[in-house]
Amino acid sequence: MTKEELKTKLTELVPTATFDEAGEWLNVLIDAKDWLPMAKALRNYFDLQFDYLFNVTAVDWKTYLSVVYHLRSTKLEHVVVVKAKIADRNNPEIETVSNIWRTAELHEREAFDLMGVKFLHHPDLRRLFLTDDWVGYPLRKDYEDPLNMIKL
Amino acid sequence: MIEEVGTTTEGDLIINVGPQHPSTHGVLHLVITLNGETVKKVEPHLGYIHRSIEKMCESLSYRQFIYVTSRMDYLSSHINNQGCALVVEKGLQIEVPERGKVIRVLMAELTRIASHLLWWGAMGMDIGAFTPFFHAFREREAINDIMEETCGARLTMNYVVPGGVMADIHPNFQKKVNEFIKLLKSKIDEYYILLTGNIILQERLKGVGVISAEDAINFGCSGPVVRACGVKSDIRKIAPYDGYEKVKFDEVFETAGDSFARYMVRMNEIRQSLSIVEQLIDNIPEGEFQAKTKAVLKLPKGEFYSRVETARGEFGVYIISEGGLTPYRIKFRSPGFSNLAALHHMVKGSKIADMVATMGTLDLVIPDIDR
Repeated sequence: MTKEELKTKLTELVPTATFDEAGEWLNVLIDAKDWLPMAKALRNYFDLQFDYLFNVTAVDWKTYLSVVYHLRSTKLEHVVVVKAKIADRNNPEIETVSNIWRTAELHEREAFDLMGVKFLHHPDLRRLFLTDDWVGYPLRKDYEDPLNMIKL
Repeated sequence: MIEEVGTTTEGDLIINVGPQHPSTHGVLHLVITLNGETVKKVEPHLGYIHRSIEKMCESLSYRQFIYVTSRMDYLSSHINNQGCALVVEKGLQIEVPERGKVIRVLMAELTRIASHLLWWGAMGMDIGAFTPFFHAFREREAINDIMEETCGARLTMNYVVPGGVMADIHPNFQKKVNEFIKLLKSKIDEYYILLTGNIILQERLKGVGVISAEDAINFGCSGPVVRACGVKSDIRKIAPYDGYEKVKFDEVFETAGDSFARYMVRMNEIRQSLSIVEQLIDNIPEGEFQAKTKAVLKLPKGEFYSRVETARGEFGVYIISEGGLTPYRIKFRSPGFSNLAALHHMVKGSKIADMVATMGTLDLVIPDIDR
């Protein structure tokens, strides 16, 4: 599908979605609560078939958080980038997609560990890299750790 | 090595493999639930070499951050650097001169050969064949010598800069690479006689650690792991960069999806990479090896993503820029991280020795997973 076709299709799916076409791929900006039904549609619709989730990134925008999903279809060879906005920075919650794309399980654990995003209904949401008793989320912009962080 | 032994309520044994275990190729810690000798569950515990490279990069300039990535997948450091340079070039719309591109591709393919050779040696050792290790390292040494002469380093080359490469090739480069092509061509058939055709190796790998194409995609696997299931995934073919569209090579496929298929994909990729090197080595175009760039690079506000094919699979760099001197947020998509996620699925129900063989064919590099 071309960018335009994708855009029309996704507007039907999520009417509140906004688009950003500046980059090489179509960026879809949605609210976190719309993510799970949209993810199911992206994976299963015959003309979408986004079966390959290759990157999950959590971003701290200081007033809110967002989770960026990079998706590719191995059959139809198109790519889409979905950005889910989580307005509540103190208690960020979004539905897990690990039951749709199994790869998300580890990626979401990483995002939880380093950015503190809580993935609801995740089968095993624990810290991944850091120790279980670690305080804070290192990739957040307001994180301070005078002991381990070297500032340049 | 096995630091803690426990039992579950069903009488299964829980053991720790690693973080200091020869078969985990680094500091990987696996907690395995065993029923007799049968693996019921494998759970990786990560983070022993986590340095938070993503956070570090947020305070490094667009010239500096490239070289931290050499320390992630240290066996494909050149290709990691290339991916990072590509994303900066994309942001600033720098056009790399042809000579720079060709040198990059040559180095990347030599790196891929070196990485696959090291994997081949270590793979043999995982299943109890010690000799291949010495054979592989002998040939890999020749690549390291070539790298040392031109890049100044043997492992973390740090040779790529935004806009091309740091310095021109050494006068001996072409001669030495040609010698190497001749050397490896004579040796590669020996590898087949020594290990590939060996009945013990085949028995140990065939039908072990099987994953279907659908599952491999679902687990986000890339590189030789997913190509062993017959899925088209080579970034060099899907989204060619640095002139890969101009060289002739085949994407290597197998269909079985087992450990032996992954083994054969890597062995055949060595030949393909060798063919790329052979096509380019006597045809390096004249001209500049580096585009003229500003001393201080500032990416415009926006988001940039670039992908490259490392020896282990798809490596991605995702930069969010606010227009400043350093990235606002940077994310590395490392191939090993997703490949490791499939390990439990591959080895569930098999014997513990088969798990070691499967892990060998996944070609895990732990700093790449932990970042």
